[in-house]
Formats: sequence, C-alpha cells, structure tokens
Amino acid sequence: MLRRTLSAMAGKVLVVAEMHNGKVSPATLAAVTAGMKVGPVTALVAGKDATKTAADVAKVKGVENVLVAKGDHYENGLPEEYAPLIASVVKDGYTHVFAGTSAFGKNVIPRAAAKADAMPISDVTEVKDDSTFVRLMYAGNVVCTVRSLDPVKYATIRSTSFERAPLDGGSAQTKEVEATKAEGKSKWIEDTVASSEKPDLQTAANVVVGGRGLKNAENFKILNELAEPLKAAVGATRAVVDAGYCPNEMQIGQTGKTVAPNFYLGCGVSGAIQHVAGMKDAKVIAVINNDADAPFFQVADYGLVEDLFVAVPKLTSLVKK
Amino acid sequence: MFVRTIPSHFTTTSPLWMRVMVGVKRVVDYTVKVRVKDNKVQCDGLKMSVNPFDEIAIEEAIQMREKKLADEVIAVTIGNKKAEEVLRTAMALGCDKAIHIVTPDGEAEGLEPLVVAKIFQKLHEEIKPDMWILGKQAVDDDLGNTPQLLAGLLEIPQGTFASKVEVSDGKVKVTREIDAGHQVVELQLPCVIAADLRLNTPRFPKLPNIMKARKKPIDSRDVSSLGVDTKPRLVREAVMEPPLRKAGIKVKSVEDLYDKLHNEAKVI
Repeated sequence: MLRRTLSAMAGKVLVVAEMHNGKVSPATLAAVTAGMKVGPVTALVAGKDATKTAADVAKVKGVENVLVAKGDHYENGLPEEYAPLIASVVKDGYTHVFAGTSAFGKNVIPRAAAKADAMPISDVTEVKDDSTFVRLMYAGNVVCTVRSLDPVKYATIRSTSFERAPLDGGSAQTKEVEATKAEGKSKWIEDTVASSEKPDLQTAANVVVGGRGLKNAENFKILNELAEPLKAAVGATRAVVDAGYCPNEMQIGQTGKTVAPNFYLGCGVSGAIQHVAGMKDAKVIAVINNDADAPFFQVADYGLVEDLFVAVPKLTSLVKK
Repeated sequence: MFVRTIPSHFTTTSPLWMRVMVGVKRVVDYTVKVRVKDNKVQCDGLKMSVNPFDEIAIEEAIQMREKKLADEVIAVTIGNKKAEEVLRTAMALGCDKAIHIVTPDGEAEGLEPLVVAKIFQKLHEEIKPDMWILGKQAVDDDLGNTPQLLAGLLEIPQGTFASKVEVSDGKVKVTREIDAGHQVVELQLPCVIAADLRLNTPRFPKLPNIMKARKKPIDSRDVSSLGVDTKPRLVREAVMEPPLRKAGIKVKSVEDLYDKLHNEAKVI
C-alpha cells in the first residue's frame, strides 16, 4: 500500500471495457484491479446506446471516471473502429491502456498500440510497478519480468491472475467523449454464441475437464452428470475439441482459455504442456486416468489410476449423497 | 486497390487473383519443454520447427491457390541464418517464393512483434500483397499480437483467430473464434488474417517437393537494410521457471478420492 501511494500512483489508466450479455465482463473487472496498482482508473465504454452500460461501469469499485462514446459502429467490438477511438482518448494524458485478455482485448489492444508505436504486453499476470510487468512464455514454462520503455503502456490482463473488482461500491463521474467517425473497412455479420445454462468456464469455482480418454461425444454425458451437483463448468482438451466432441470455446490451454478455479478435475486428460498452461493455477487439482504414467499425475494434488468410465459415475453418486 | 484482375479469357473460375503473403517463425518445437538457466531461456540444441500456427497459415494460403483465389504465395521469415529451413519447409508445402530477413545470431526469441510488424509493413509497401496470413500466436513468446500490429500499422482490417476464411467479390468473410462461440465479420481487401487452430489441418511436405524446394531461390536481405529500428521496447529484467507445485498423492479408490476432496481439500 505504501509503495502504491509513494511512487506507483503517477499513472493514469484507461481500461477499455467489454460487455457480455449486458454485464461488465469479468476480464474487465480484473483489468480494473490491475489498473488500480498504477493509478486512478478511467473506463472507456463504447456502443450504440452506451448510457446503461456506462451506468453499470460507473458502479464498479475502483473506477473513478467513465468515458462514453456513442456510435453504431462500436456495437460489436470491431478493432478497426475501437483503435481510432482509443487513440483519440489516450491523447488526454493516459499512461496505461489495459483490457482483459479475452478475444476482444487481444484483438483491440495491439491494434491500438500500433497506432501509438508501442509494443503491447500480452496477458500480464502481475503488475510490479508502473512500467514492470510479469507474463508467461513457452506455454507457462517460463516466467518473464519485462520493463516497458514505451511512454504509454498497452497491455492485456490475465483475468485469473487478478481479483475481480466488485460490481458495486463505486461512484464514477461519467463524461461523454466525441465518437470517432466510422472506418467502414470491416463489417460485423453475426455472432453464433453457444447457449449454455452451465456456469461460465472462466469464472466457475469448479471445473470438470474431459480429455481424449472420453473416446466420444456421448461420453461427455458422464462429465455433465458430475458437473451438475458440483455446480462446475465443463471444459475440454484440444484433442477432444479437434475430434469434434465439443465446441472450441470449451478448450482450456495455451491457445484456449485460461482457468484458475478452486477445484479442477481432469478425466482422461494426459496433461500435455499446452493443456497444463491453461489450468495449473487451479487451487486443487485432481485427476482420474487409467494410465499411471500420464504426466498429469505430477501436477495433480490427488491422482486416481482407474478407468474413468467406472470412477466418474461412482464419484457422481458419492457427491450426490 | 491492390487487386489485380486477370483478363477474362485466362480465367474461368474467379476474376479475383490475389497475392498472399505468409509469415513463418522458427520456434522451439512445441513438444519440447524449455529450461531456464542464468536468467536466460536455454534454446541451444533443442529441436526447432515451424510455429504450429504458421503451418496452418501456409496451408490456408496454398488452399487458396488451389482454389484459384490466389496466384502467388510468398513466405516470409525473420531470423538468423538457420531460419532459412522454415522457408524451405514452406516452399516444399507449396509456397512460390520466399523472403528471408536475416538477423544476427543472439537472443533466442528474435525480434519483438512490433519490429516484425514494421518489417512486414515495409514488405507490404514494396510487394503490395492483397492478403497477409499469419499464425495467431508464436508458441515461444506467446504474445499473439503481430497480426494486429501489422493491420494497425497498415490501417487495413484484421480477421483474428480465424477458423474459416471465404473470399468472394473482393471481400473476405472470416469466421472468428471468440470467447462464447463464433463471430462472422466481412473485411475489405487488403487485410490481415490470423489463423486459429481450427482453420485447417496442415499437410505434410512430400519428399519430391522437399527436394524441389531446395533449389528454389530465397530472397535474402539483411535486417539492417530495411531501416527499421530493432531495439526492443520490452526489456527482459528476469527470466525464471515457474514455482513447482508441491508433489501430490495417489489415492487407491474413488472413495478415497472423494474423502480427500471432501474432508482434506474441502472442495466438494
């Protein structure tokens, strides 16, 4: 705390807000927490009618100002439209531009950085001070501390590495900013969003994951049956997504989603480097696999060598008891 | 603007023939676990390969030529002398030409994405491709921002995390992998595409093609001849291995597992 007040608070942070189904995305809330480590946080909200969104963001604890840009062209998060907007706002003396590491943040932040001739810092896991950040390389096998020499730092923030700022308790000032004119080089056609009643993979406290050992798509049923009483989200490895057993948005790993749940259970997951990169920050890791030599057993807190088709239903009935 | 149309008597399938450029990076093979020593990533003697996402980018470009959407595919790499081998692979797979921007030996991971994007920008101005296809991220530095930086510098549209690319009437429809599903966007040409894993399944090079690719010329240029400042903006202060998790235990039965999770870890 002392350090923050003494030296690091010189920054002025712009967090590019992202909305999901009308709610402030968890990734944005983590970016707010990261931003508070370097200075007062201003959130940028853009959209067709961003008034309601801005009101929600203004209530987020830690956000001191909200800038609202109204325009149809911001509606679907197109980076071609967001980058000029960020460029026009940053001129106001911001030293940091943050967004969550999500499909939106990864798409928008580097493009905005290019306009400012800055080298973006991807997927930051720790903010050391206003110019020093920690991030992972080589699928999480190397931890790298980097110091940015750019006058304005553009970064995406790993949402599982920072607490999410509370959705209430804040009372930010809202100000409208002039919208940039539409670029019109790209057009949004449609979003196909998998509807799911289950908990969101990246924010769920418990995650149950299926790997190649599940053998086919129907067998995912046994994972869903276990996930239900646990209120867990169901994830998958690349192998099963590639095989078409489940959709891509369920993939956990270096190139998929990063999760850090309270409890992770891998079923028929071997524990390849690329998968472990996406889940090794889970608090408790358990694995069920009939191959005693699977590398996952070296990562897991609790390992059970048994056929998952026997073990998982048995575990489900024990949980239900 | 850069779209060249071929006279109609030459073409029966499509009036649009594009020049496509593909970025290729030589990285430590994805199956190898790297070690850290003396505050540096140890890459000497490790198996190196084409970045997996770049293989997908190459495959997409070649498929475009096979569908007569592209008439020329140019592979580009930036790296030391040894990086030439990834260009040979790219040409064995079907790329027509290759450009090697040669950098001095040194830092294992090579130049920062911003520098790479600026070099690509120079090449864009010279060669005027209609489309860039790059991998969505390199599996060594995991930064994943070269395509977006290039599109931003050129002020052309970007189709990142692409799982499907359709070209028609001078426009490109890109299906993107987003957090909750898919998104379809339509981009004007020229544009930058960043390939996701789901875009295609790369083919293997055939032996005769590998032999033929050895004879194809590579346009080698020294990085210093391009007038791009290559100084890194991100100084590596420390490189470490992540903390090890404390060793776990193996349980004997499902009942044991449930008991440990319920009473010891208290997670279920």
